[in-house]
Amino acid sequence: MNLPMLWIIPALPLAAVALNLLFGDRLGKRGTAFLACGAVGLAFAAAVRAVLTLAARSEEERQIVETAWTWFRVGDFSVDVSFLLDPLSAIMVLVVTGVGFLIHVYSTGYMAEDPSFRRFFLYLNLFMFAMLTLVLADNYLLMFVGWEGVGLCSYLLIGFWYEKQSATDAGKKAFIVNRIGDFGFLLGVMFLIAWTGSVNYERVFASAPHLFTAGGTIITLATLLMFVGATGKSAQIPLYVWLPDAMEGPTPVSALIHAATMVTAGVYMVVRSHVLFEMAPVTLEVIAIVGAATALMAATIGLVQNDIKRVLAYSTVSQLGYMFFACGVGAFGAGIFHVMTHAFFKALLFLGAGSVIYGMHHEQDMRKMGGLAGKMPVTHATMLIATIAIAGIPPFAGFWSKDEILAKAFATGHYGIFAAGLLGAVMTAFYMFRLYVLTFQGKPRFDENGGHAHAHAADAHGAHMTHDAHGHGAHDDHGHDHGHGGPVKESPWNMTVPLSVLAVLSVVGGWIGIGKPFIEGESWMGRWLEPVLGSGPHVHHLAVSTEFGLMGLSVAVAAFGIFMAFRAYLQSPSIATAMHERFGGLHRTLYHKYWVDEFYGAVAVNPVYQASMRLWRFWDEKVVDGIVNGVGYFLEGVSALLRLFQTGYVGTYALFITLGVLALFLHFLRS
Amino acid sequence: MSIVPQPTFLALDWWALGPVLALTAGTILLLLLEFLPQRANGNRGGIVSLLTFLASGYAVWRVAGEKRELFGGMFVHDPMTVFFTLLFCAVGVLATLMSWDYLKRTKINQAEYYALLLSSVLGMVVMAASNDLVTVFLGLELMSLALYVMVGFRRSQLESNEASLKYFLLGAFASGFLLYGIALLYGATGSSNLAMIGAFLADTPLATNPMLLMGSLLVFVGFAFKVAAAPFHMWTPDVYEGAPTSVTGFMSAGAKAAGFAALLRVALRALGPVMVDWTQLLAVIAFLTMTVGNVTALLQGNLKRMLAYSSIAHAGYILVAVAAGGPEGASAAVFYLATYSFMNIGAFAVLTMLGKGREERVLMSDLAGLGFREPLLGLALTAFMLSLAGIPPMAGFMGKLYIFGEAVKHPQLLWVVVAGVLNSVVSVYYYLRVTVSLYMKEPEGEPVGISWGAPAVLAIVITLAATLWFGLQAQGLWIQAQNSVMGLL
Repeated sequence: MNLPMLWIIPALPLAAVALNLLFGDRLGKRGTAFLACGAVGLAFAAAVRAVLTLAARSEEERQIVETAWTWFRVGDFSVDVSFLLDPLSAIMVLVVTGVGFLIHVYSTGYMAEDPSFRRFFLYLNLFMFAMLTLVLADNYLLMFVGWEGVGLCSYLLIGFWYEKQSATDAGKKAFIVNRIGDFGFLLGVMFLIAWTGSVNYERVFASAPHLFTAGGTIITLATLLMFVGATGKSAQIPLYVWLPDAMEGPTPVSALIHAATMVTAGVYMVVRSHVLFEMAPVTLEVIAIVGAATALMAATIGLVQNDIKRVLAYSTVSQLGYMFFACGVGAFGAGIFHVMTHAFFKALLFLGAGSVIYGMHHEQDMRKMGGLAGKMPVTHATMLIATIAIAGIPPFAGFWSKDEILAKAFATGHYGIFAAGLLGAVMTAFYMFRLYVLTFQGKPRFDENGGHAHAHAADAHGAHMTHDAHGHGAHDDHGHDHGHGGPVKESPWNMTVPLSVLAVLSVVGGWIGIGKPFIEGESWMGRWLEPVLGSGPHVHHLAVSTEFGLMGLSVAVAAFGIFMAFRAYLQSPSIATAMHERFGGLHRTLYHKYWVDEFYGAVAVNPVYQASMRLWRFWDEKVVDGIVNGVGYFLEGVSALLRLFQTGYVGTYALFITLGVLALFLHFLRS
Repeated sequence: MSIVPQPTFLALDWWALGPVLALTAGTILLLLLEFLPQRANGNRGGIVSLLTFLASGYAVWRVAGEKRELFGGMFVHDPMTVFFTLLFCAVGVLATLMSWDYLKRTKINQAEYYALLLSSVLGMVVMAASNDLVTVFLGLELMSLALYVMVGFRRSQLESNEASLKYFLLGAFASGFLLYGIALLYGATGSSNLAMIGAFLADTPLATNPMLLMGSLLVFVGFAFKVAAAPFHMWTPDVYEGAPTSVTGFMSAGAKAAGFAALLRVALRALGPVMVDWTQLLAVIAFLTMTVGNVTALLQGNLKRMLAYSSIAHAGYILVAVAAGGPEGASAAVFYLATYSFMNIGAFAVLTMLGKGREERVLMSDLAGLGFREPLLGLALTAFMLSLAGIPPMAGFMGKLYIFGEAVKHPQLLWVVVAGVLNSVVSVYYYLRVTVSLYMKEPEGEPVGISWGAPAVLAIVITLAATLWFGLQAQGLWIQAQNSVMGLL
């Protein structure tokens, strides 16, 4: 068979959604889990088969397009529901289904006690469907369908424990912020429709060079608008604020949606549209700067957070920043490479954190952990691997992708961005090992025989964090968990096995990107992506010695960060306290995340709310309630009714109609 | 285009006139049947009403491909008439289905209700088919008078009476403007026939003639009132809230579509030559309409009121298409009206089922937890909300895409497109509140009871299917919308 049947990949999770909806109440937990995991597992198998078919072809023919049906056609403008598998979407589809499958399996353990087990897998499968539509689409409109779909699922899953006000609020925030991004994306697509008359990738990219002048206003504007969409979905400045709050969702959701897959959709979209972005150097410059600034800023915030998931959330924002500045400097392949390795180690970190939270009976404050290494050996070992990977120590996965990004930034002469990336790398290594040390090393800071420890337990690192009243504690305490207390122990197999698989990937996953100076020519990853991205003409090749030098530098800064973390949080905790006291103001600023949320609340959210309130007050309270109060008169008879109308409200309406007519008339008189 | 006079009554095309005849006959039949005894909660009214709509639809469909002028060119049978007549018949069928059990439980007199429903649809058909300002007015009044009564049908409810009276007074006020405008147009061009006015304006440069301006402006105001465009929209929330839910659903779709049908025909057929001057003005009105609608809808706790503001907002989107002008803009508007009718009636059909007996449970808080108690109902309402919000792959998304895609081709409309997309972003918030209530709230106090009824469920199934189908397979409807406008010119 030569047709790989791409449509079946998104259709499988969708079918699971339908079956779950129809028969879910009869399936029971085991059945639901089997159905949900089975569908995603099969989708992964189908994806592997399709990608193998693709790989078997010669390089020029590595593109499979399958049209399901014509969505609509208006004159020459037609949009199909059709799927595209090329080397770029192949990587995405494998990561999404593969990591997705592992996280589904993990969730069967993590969510085992949750009464809304079925609803959880319903949403999760729906998310898989939307995400697969997004990456497999062969045009912008179908991509947008997936784009909106993942946003909706993300919203549903963040607010999954809707009994918690904070979860509902976080979901709402995510949705609203994402809508701002979608607004940009949709406008960008409309620009493409208006100028190229198509939304199909191939046709848009083919006609773009003829229609737009490189660096022209239109293409710059269109790509900037599309990038606005990417900043929303992929949590970049200024729209990153929703992602940390999204940690209110169950931890597997944070791993799947808010780390490994959905948030990388923005990067994928930019890489997919690289032909357009390459024609708009101004946009690329903006992307590079925004990416680097986000990488740096999120890393600084991550330094001081105490909630284990929140540290990981800021780390995700920061890593996404790396992916974007890779795109900004023209290294689209490096960006996608980092998407992939990041999916492995960040999914692992979140799942590991979930395992810790599960083992600690829903405790997320790192100040109340410590010494877990012996109690949770598998979690500890896998988390350590992921932490090393993200810190950028060879030969772990994160090193190769991060190093490639930094090297490309350096090679293209973006020295400022390179420096920011390097600084971010130090901080990454530091805050990740801070997380590791606080969680797994040292002495336990909780009651080892069960029951909760309290932060007041005299503890050098914890004592200074007393201003925690900010209300951002994102705890997974959904009330109906598996019995509080009891000693801390390792999680069940369906949680540890996915951890182990991801740990292996976090080690070896980066090796496909090993290129110069270790092997001749382009890396395997680079060659694989070449049919889509071209051979990256504008990246000058660095001398071998420079390459090694850069690698040495990036390893050195990572090692420095790790060393500092061990020193400050394990060997002599007084350092952390001293630092904190010395830089109290700075610490507060970072801890409160630069007060960005407060700023947005003051300048954007409140005014709209107030305006709506006022309009509503005026019409509903003054006018309508006036009438409601007037109902008393109504009872007294027609005369009272007439009086009511004469004195007022219909008159008001009629007055406005008249004023409207007058305004229209004046407009014509003027013109 | 010359007008061929039809001298004798016998030369009439009976099929083309079929909907008008059928609807009239149905109305009379319903009232006459009242003299025959029937069970208290019989289905006679509904059945007659359904059959009448189906017969009208069949009659016009049978001669769908033809073009006729009747009554000396006052009434035309062309693709636009066909499109809108079929749409109104569909709206009528859906309104009948969702009224079926609602009337019984709220103790509304069925024969009177269905008779008025039929005559209201008759008015809409006449509006869409008129080629003369006088018949436009006739249709509009026929539709409105029936609606004024229907709005007040919950006789024991003060708010319903209040709404009816208010709608009537303001409607009369707006009709005054319309009639005055028609008189001025007649004075300026010497004809009330749309084609003749168009021909006259094409030959005579009258664009700045104050009488013509004032006339067209007042005619526009008359239509703007019916479609609830700002600043002529203020009656909408009160009337929508006070009217029986099934009537609200019916008028939100039907009356709006009829108003736009007449507006489009007048704009394209008669005022075409002077429409250019209107572009910016229409854009401003569109902007005001959608902004007022969406911003005010944000905090509404009553679903009918919320949907009223939402319907104002949708009028704004459609006005963007009207502002874009020409056959392309008009087709986008026609397409949008069709999709909007289905998704909006669908939402109201769900609302008619909320509550037992005479109670009406249409507060946002009444939906709390409904999504889990009644999964399919919740899912349907969610789908309608997503469609209204313009989220793909629902029909509402395709409608917005067509409108904004059309308007973005005109550089001077770019600002209103940006405002429109931004508006639709804002609107998601309040549509989503419904979903939040459905799935993320626990009911406080007595959970709302559901009055199940097969006809209402059928209405929901039909509208849901249409909402999904026109989202996934927009092609067919789009071609029909285009044809309806192209055939007109």
